[in-house]
Amino acid sequence: MANFFTDNPELKFHLTHPLMEKIVALKERNFTDKDKFDYAPMDFEDAMDSYEKVLEIVGEICGDIVAPNAESVDQEGPKIVDNEVIYAKGTQENLDALVKAGLMGITLPRKYEGLNFPIVPYIMAADIVSRADAGFVNIWGLQDCAETINEFASEEQKQKYLPRISNGETAAMDLTEPDAGSDLQAVQLKATYNEEDGKWYLNGVKRFITNGDGHVSLVLARSEEGTTDGRGLSMFIYDRNEKAVIVRRIENKMGIKGSPTCELVFKNAPAELVGSRKMGLIKYVMALMNGARLGIGAQSVGVSESAYREALQYAKEREQFGKPIIQFPAVYEMLSLMKAKLDASRTLLYETSRMVDVYKTYMHISEERKLEPEERKELKRYQKMADFFTPLLKGMSSEYSNQLAYDSLQIHGGSGFMKDYPIERIYRDARITSIYEGTTQLQVVAAIRGVTTGGYVDRIREYEAMELKPELHGYRRILIGMTEEYVHAVKTVTSVKDLEYVDFHARRLVEMAGHIVMGYLLLLDTQRDDSFKTSTEIYINYGKAENQSRAEFIHSFNLDQLGLYKHV
Amino acid sequence: MGLKIIVLAKQVPDTRNVGKDAMKADGTVNRAALPAIFNPEDLNALEQALRLKDRYPGSEVTILTMGPGRAADIIREGLYRGADNGYLLTDRAFAGSDTLATSYAISCAIKKISDYDIIIAGRQAIDGDTAQVGPQVAEKLGLPQVTYAEEIVSVTEGIVAEDDKYGVPHAILADEVSLNIKGSLVIKRRLERGVETVGTTFPCVLTVNASAPDCRPRNAKKVQKYKHAKTVTEIQDQSEDYMDLTADRPYLKIEEWSVNDIETDINWLGLSGSPTKVKKIENVVFQAKEAKKISSDESELEELIVELIENHTIG
Repeated sequence: MANFFTDNPELKFHLTHPLMEKIVALKERNFTDKDKFDYAPMDFEDAMDSYEKVLEIVGEICGDIVAPNAESVDQEGPKIVDNEVIYAKGTQENLDALVKAGLMGITLPRKYEGLNFPIVPYIMAADIVSRADAGFVNIWGLQDCAETINEFASEEQKQKYLPRISNGETAAMDLTEPDAGSDLQAVQLKATYNEEDGKWYLNGVKRFITNGDGHVSLVLARSEEGTTDGRGLSMFIYDRNEKAVIVRRIENKMGIKGSPTCELVFKNAPAELVGSRKMGLIKYVMALMNGARLGIGAQSVGVSESAYREALQYAKEREQFGKPIIQFPAVYEMLSLMKAKLDASRTLLYETSRMVDVYKTYMHISEERKLEPEERKELKRYQKMADFFTPLLKGMSSEYSNQLAYDSLQIHGGSGFMKDYPIERIYRDARITSIYEGTTQLQVVAAIRGVTTGGYVDRIREYEAMELKPELHGYRRILIGMTEEYVHAVKTVTSVKDLEYVDFHARRLVEMAGHIVMGYLLLLDTQRDDSFKTSTEIYINYGKAENQSRAEFIHSFNLDQLGLYKHV
Repeated sequence: MGLKIIVLAKQVPDTRNVGKDAMKADGTVNRAALPAIFNPEDLNALEQALRLKDRYPGSEVTILTMGPGRAADIIREGLYRGADNGYLLTDRAFAGSDTLATSYAISCAIKKISDYDIIIAGRQAIDGDTAQVGPQVAEKLGLPQVTYAEEIVSVTEGIVAEDDKYGVPHAILADEVSLNIKGSLVIKRRLERGVETVGTTFPCVLTVNASAPDCRPRNAKKVQKYKHAKTVTEIQDQSEDYMDLTADRPYLKIEEWSVNDIETDINWLGLSGSPTKVKKIENVVFQAKEAKKISSDESELEELIVELIENHTIG
């Protein structure tokens, strides 16, 4: 009888951010759907009330079904029977409940039988599901693929596939191959156009495909014979009903074991081209990946939430030396920092989601009518910010989820190392978050542009100018100091005018920006709700010290020392 | 075949996770300290009704509940999960009803609804745990009843055969006593020592066990569609905009019946219609009173066994 939405008031706090009024108005096109659909909202309050009520359903299903199933799902895992992936019993129960609750096409327009919710409540649902079972969110969260179909596919394709997803069919994104992981330009799966029947056919192998046997798959394939780079790749939709793909094996993974990771063999599989040829990687996969990275941000935050809760409960109950271990400084410091990192990554998650909401909705509106110059400007502004914030979020929140899982297990002591407590599973599940959808190292590659072009500083200056209660000014002064220190460090690194040197320090600089951004976001949260004050203070103290050590490293380093690191 | 199904549901205090303040000093339930919920086994009953609706498109599921104004929540909960409409039976005249008065009032309301095939209720409510209302409703309506139902195996429309396999010559019987028989059901009952498969004619009353499948979750679209559904009393406090909305969307009106809306004998209602008298209520506090140590000695063990048999602890 648990509800993972209502038992966590911080979710509602983020749901009711002031920018939501703008996001909802844009998403609902000033509430014109209400005459066509009996479930469309009449105004802003009505829409917000609906988000909340629907998130209550998510919270209830997660508390009552998904979380209690997590352990058996982890043990049982999926299997292949007659070339079909059969989920663990608990996975199927989870999915059935979410399908019956109508939660499979949350962001899709109503004309495709979706709920037409903004990204923020969708990501919040993902946050909640991840806390219940980080492996299960992969299957459910692949509804992201539908968003890509909605963005780039033809009207005919949208009408064919989107209602199916809204009504419960699952999806997959087939990108990785044995020789094309981080480097997707090397994709080799071949797409051939048959002049006779006017259809495309796919041949080749895909590997590490989450939910590879899903009903609707987006496949990245080489459509231009003789090409070797990303410009020869196109995106296709493969429909499982074609029965032209063999599921060769399911990987035996360390964590997220309920999620089937498949190796697929395409044998003359008929497929439909999405959008334009050659745009597969350059445009569509980039959009798909950005959506997926936001999803991993949600997964990371959900994992952090569960790791923190397990640790807190254990530390309160476990007694040693005659008192609960939470009373020892070594333990309460860990817990407080865990909570601060959790709050920091969650506020970054919703800040990024709001940015994506604004620019994506403008993009959809621009297909219906010409945008006003002011709107176009805003689209560009939010898109640029989202492009900087998405890798920052994915990189930092996934690393934090690993740190929280590590510390939570540590607090459990020897018991945590046993299979008796959920933290053992959470620890294994957390590990993938900083690897897939682009490793942390690759997120840094994407985020460093935000450092060198001044993208982060621009946004930080905006935060700096926002209104604060007098008692919070002290924190802002610390953050201003950290910003000066960061700007100075960036200058020191870039003034060397050596690209490898920038790459070498990139992670340090991105993390410095991250600490400042999250410090400000927490401070602004405290402006709205006092309960974030503790986390704000702890996080800013932590970030300040972390940034100082990074700055110290950068300033006492020079180009010649780079050679030292090449001896390995 | 479109079935008309009435689900009897009750709003109850959540007695499953009770804290220290769950009972008042006088031994009655402190309703303020316990959240009001959909009685769990009534949700199992609703699921059975919804499964029939899935199986036989065109079926209609109606929720009937009796209680104070806030029990309209139960009807909304039902609508969110797939019910089509609901009736709230609410009046001071019903206050203080025991199971007899409750089942009388409910049976009168069902008579007013008049067009129904199957009535499904939860086995019992978690506040009183009597399991009496379902069977009493069946008696008052002169309907067959199947208790402890876990699964409705089959539904057959019409009168099956004169000498049907359950030993009830439906057609003859129906003719003789001018019974209204619309068809027959095969039902699995969960009993203490196993499962029993029985047949019954319908209209009938079924009461469903917690061992039956859990109710499906609330549906996101239905929640958004029906969250504005209100009873007449609730509508009174709403703005004019809301009145306009209900005019456009008649499905947002939840029927509310007072004692004047149904045909009853007032003596059978509420406190006066309730023969149950509460003699005494005790707070039971579990605590170990006396401990007894028994060695593994044969004779001492035998003594214990005899003692336990005598005081009916075992045997």
